[in-house]
Amino acid sequence: MNPIMKFIHLMGSPPWFYQFSGRLIPWLWGLFVVLAACGLYLGLVKAPPDYLQGESARIMYIHVPSAWMSMMIYALMAVMGFVGLVWHVRIAEILAISSAPIGALFTAVALASGSLWGRPTWGTYWVWDARLTSELVLLFLYLGVIGLYSAFDEPRKAARAASLLALVGLVNLPIIHYSVTWWNTLHQGSSIGASGSSIHPSMLWPLLIMALATKFYYAANLLSRARIRLIEQDQRKNWVRELLQEGTA
Amino acid sequence: MHPTRKRRMIGLLVILIGVGLASAVTIYSLRQNMLFFVSPSDIGEQDLPMGREFRLGGLVEPGSVRRAANGLAVRFTVTDGVAAVTVDYDGILPDLFREGQGVIARGQLQTRELFVAREVLAKHDENYMPPEVAEALEEKGMHNKSGQGADG
Repeated sequence: MNPIMKFIHLMGSPPWFYQFSGRLIPWLWGLFVVLAACGLYLGLVKAPPDYLQGESARIMYIHVPSAWMSMMIYALMAVMGFVGLVWHVRIAEILAISSAPIGALFTAVALASGSLWGRPTWGTYWVWDARLTSELVLLFLYLGVIGLYSAFDEPRKAARAASLLALVGLVNLPIIHYSVTWWNTLHQGSSIGASGSSIHPSMLWPLLIMALATKFYYAANLLSRARIRLIEQDQRKNWVRELLQEGTA
Repeated sequence: MHPTRKRRMIGLLVILIGVGLASAVTIYSLRQNMLFFVSPSDIGEQDLPMGREFRLGGLVEPGSVRRAANGLAVRFTVTDGVAAVTVDYDGILPDLFREGQGVIARGQLQTRELFVAREVLAKHDENYMPPEVAEALEEKGMHNKSGQGADG
């Protein structure tokens, strides 16, 4: 077996996953704190104001990374849900359902910060244009996944139902991304794409650092949530008993 | 791959393709209704009815903004480079409103050439840069200082 396949197989084992993620989490939180501190300092203090929007353009350093994360987490949740559905890997199911509240949080932050940004620039907190509406639908999809999971008593069945909803909701991601190209919207087009960026480098760097910081936040938060869910589900299993005895001894 | 897993995978892929196709068809058939605003040339082409509310989007024609001596009333021309419509508005304009800027006005047509707005929103484009860079670009004539983009 090659090392990557071996690693994937090991990750599927609950005790091994618990140990491994436990060692990883402090590093992930640490990297998040350092990167977020750098990104916020560079973005809110060092970066220049925008030529047109002035200081209010700084909301970008919160809004854009959150919006990116809201979509990336949804895609990852659907992928892990797919793995859970096809191979019945319990860790994948747990990772999928543990992603939903974090994704919902980022979506809510993206919507709220966008709304606060819209008021001083566009002149309104909210409009029903395609970009804003499809992002709101994403929030409802996350809430739907969480709600559907909670509606079942049996966690494996719950995870399967929630994963299926997550997969079906995947169609919303291209709609969010292309909404600004397919339709006339109040929201402007993408600044960063395959052809490069239309954000000046002095403003782009803090943005990219913040984008990286949010990824570590997601990883740390996801693994912490997954560990709790895992020992909750396995509380009567031997490996958890041994773990608890080790802790008290 | 194990036959059961293969069956599950094919089932899921069929669901995904089905949902994808269904939404693609829905979006395609709704494409006219999903437009947030129409352009001045659409008004002529589509023969939009008078006295019905819709949103008009375009650039504020430079030099066209006339403010009333007292009060908030303002009149300006919205253009998309092909056609132009005069807009009357009595209210507070967003901070980003300026000549050459993209705007979206909600209101109704009074005559074929006069649009009375109830709300005016500013649209900005995807370019972000420090003021000095914008000035330097403008000196070289490469950049329109007030961000455009209502035709995006």
